[in-house]
Amino acid sequence: MLQARLRKTFPQRPDSAGFSLDLELKAADGVTVLFGPSGSGKTQVLDSIAGFTRPDEGRILLDDDLLFDAATGVHLPPQARNCGYVFQNYALFPHMTLRENLMFAAERRPRLERHRRVTEMLETFRLREAAGRRPHEVSGGQRQRCSIARALIVAPKLLLLDEPGQGLDAPLKAEFYEVLRQVRSDFKTPVLLVTHDLDECFELGDEMVILREGRIVQSGSPRKILDQPVNVDVARLLGAFNLIPCEIRALDPGRNTSKVQMGDVELDGPYFPGRFKGDRVTLCVRPEQLVISARLGRPGPNQMTATLARAIEKPQGMRLEFEGGIIADVGRAEFERLRQNQDWLIEFPPAALRVL
Amino acid sequence: MPIDWFPLWLSLRVALVSTSVALALGLWLAYILANREFRGKEVLDAMVTLPLVLPPTVLGYYLLVLIGRASPLGKLWEMIFGSPLVFTWKAAVVAALLHSLPLLVKSSRAAFESVDRRYERAARTLGASEWRLFWRVTLPLAHRSIFAAVALAFAQSLGDFGITLMVAGNIPGRTQTLAVAIYDAVEAGNGAVARTLVILVSAVALLILTLANRLNPR
Repeated sequence: MLQARLRKTFPQRPDSAGFSLDLELKAADGVTVLFGPSGSGKTQVLDSIAGFTRPDEGRILLDDDLLFDAATGVHLPPQARNCGYVFQNYALFPHMTLRENLMFAAERRPRLERHRRVTEMLETFRLREAAGRRPHEVSGGQRQRCSIARALIVAPKLLLLDEPGQGLDAPLKAEFYEVLRQVRSDFKTPVLLVTHDLDECFELGDEMVILREGRIVQSGSPRKILDQPVNVDVARLLGAFNLIPCEIRALDPGRNTSKVQMGDVELDGPYFPGRFKGDRVTLCVRPEQLVISARLGRPGPNQMTATLARAIEKPQGMRLEFEGGIIADVGRAEFERLRQNQDWLIEFPPAALRVL
Repeated sequence: MPIDWFPLWLSLRVALVSTSVALALGLWLAYILANREFRGKEVLDAMVTLPLVLPPTVLGYYLLVLIGRASPLGKLWEMIFGSPLVFTWKAAVVAALLHSLPLLVKSSRAAFESVDRRYERAARTLGASEWRLFWRVTLPLAHRSIFAAVALAFAQSLGDFGITLMVAGNIPGRTQTLAVAIYDAVEAGNGAVARTLVILVSAVALLILTLANRLNPR
């Protein structure tokens, strides 16, 4: 398990704004995804753990090994850290074949074991046919698998991946998810993955850590974070939320209910702990949680009338944009059934309401 | 008049030895300059570059002060080898070395710096020592540019005149290199000899430069 506490200030430079990193991070077994927009300091975190940059303060502990400790001046070189690193674009040595790349990594092992390990890895990562070729002569998927195999062959205590899905097309991405799931089940190496791709977080992450401007703003399982973002910023980072300003009108902890005023509509919601009557808050609802129907009579409870502005085809279904900015996702079949409709009703299921 | 071919062989020998020394010394300096951060790094770089801009007489003077018979280095040499260093073909090697080192260091540093840092980082995370990293990753990835730089250094050491004249002198059959022999031939009015040697030197230099250009990745 990795435990890291880091603080580092990057001074302002002509080519980059000043920036500081200040966080505490844990990565246990499974895949921990470090998610954040570009410039949030994700790569700096990886580089500090791998030993490429030296934090100003803090401590990095991997299992029982102290990798870095500012207080006692411990700062192991990357060679001594036992961290596998899969680079963006893989950084396979271009002048070596795939087999030689693995051999290079395994070189500190005894000769016989080395050959066995390399052959094993080539087998595990389906690289046997491509083993004799150089990185530029093989497919993107093979390069990717080889870079992961190369990082794992030294039996690292932690695998670091820097934006592995960056620039991959859809089939390659799917293949990559597959490979990483295999790594998770076969190798039991804790993985710390850096990305700004939400898909990757949900496909792979057991734990998710959201980084913003060098600080951790929320962590937990991806589902939990999606279910309850901690603030509007996080909700925006996660994309795909309806964020609507509103006011709390009533709160009843006993019956677990509340009333929320949104424009001229009053919605029933669950009890919101820690909020007070009269609080101006942001209502946060995911597009797929809204229920859309044709308007037949007067709007019922938790329903509002709306005019459809646009319907956009998405791979998963239809995304409906209503006037006033509310977004709802519905299945294609359901949309086909409703598409002749003029007036729409949007229903906000009480259980789906979150306030930030 | 028969041409004395000694200067050609001497020059080749001097260039070969000096290039070998320059290769070891120059690659080491270039690697340090490209990869290490330390105080005075750019001063070191400037010092290595200095011979490129200083007149040969100045460099020759420095060398005479540094390795002359009265200097500590010169005395040490005499103690070990039993004969002075200056005004021998070995002094010509030192001269050629000084003449060719700056460009070799400059271009090798650029070559090392052009190697993508990620390969070196990857090698480090895989547990490779700095030594193995250099021989197995950095050098192979930069080898074309390094070859080109070495070819240039060879051509340069073949053509040194000023420094050689000052520290090795112009002793026919002992320290008279090609460049010096040409000067001698012109002074003595041996037009035919001068012409032949000039054409020879030019041809060799042209050949080496072409080779260097082909090696250098574009």
